[in-house]
Amino acid sequence: MPLAWPLILSAVLFGIGVYGVLARRHAVLVLIGVEMMLAAVTLDLVAFDAWWGEPSHSGQVLSLFVIALAAAEIGLGLAIVLALYRATGTADVDDVPARERR
Amino acid sequence: MSAVEVVFLVLAAVCVFSGLQAVTCDRLVHAALWFVLTLGSLAGTFLLLAAELLAWVQVLVYLGSVVVLLVFALMLTRAPTGSGSATFTRNRWLAAVIGTATSVGLGVLGWAGFGGQEIVSPTVGSPEVIGQVLFTEWVLPFEILSLVLLAALVGAIALSTGQRTVGDSGAADGDR
Repeated sequence: MPLAWPLILSAVLFGIGVYGVLARRHAVLVLIGVEMMLAAVTLDLVAFDAWWGEPSHSGQVLSLFVIALAAAEIGLGLAIVLALYRATGTADVDDVPARERR
Repeated sequence: MSAVEVVFLVLAAVCVFSGLQAVTCDRLVHAALWFVLTLGSLAGTFLLLAAELLAWVQVLVYLGSVVVLLVFALMLTRAPTGSGSATFTRNRWLAAVIGTATSVGLGVLGWAGFGGQEIVSPTVGSPEVIGQVLFTEWVLPFEILSLVLLAALVGAIALSTGQRTVGDSGAADGDR
């Protein structure tokens, strides 16, 4: 398989994630965009690992780390979204008042 | 074209289509469910690239818990789930231009750098191999990662319980 195929798929997924982060208003959907960008990076690491053929599989181990960090990030992110919703009554990133002090 | 390549192209098409649906469809919960399909087909491409353990970790961690958390948060914020519930910002078209430019830029970069390269019979990253590497060469980053996870866990708990007590005291102040 050409190495460029997974690289291009990863680039397309990353662009979709960027669009999701910039265009969506609901905070949870913004987080989905972030997760999609992280998944694209994971695919890159796996593709380069398969191409390089290194016996210690650094690419796959780093992908495992990325997945674990993404899980930690989504846990914290959703806690922040829920705190925001409790404080302001909305999870819409455009509707959050700028001077919320609760 | 070998069978692996055909399967990869099919999975890539599913992945891109469901990814586009996940960021453009106008229902909140549907977006999260399309995201499941994106991550699932991505796990399939991991299998084709001989990352066996990673594919199953992807299924377990992402499909099993992250997406459940996402849907859980959608439900907890009492978001409307009907058609038109997932709205877009005003600069949606600018976002589309930036996203396309990012894709094209990264794609051209990958093609220019590694256009002629082939992946030939990669060694399988079985649980045995990855576990061996993880607990010898990568053991220090692994331990640091466990600390990061612990910190994230404590932080999430502090965020979700601390906020409530602040809100309660605020309500008590208002009563007085």
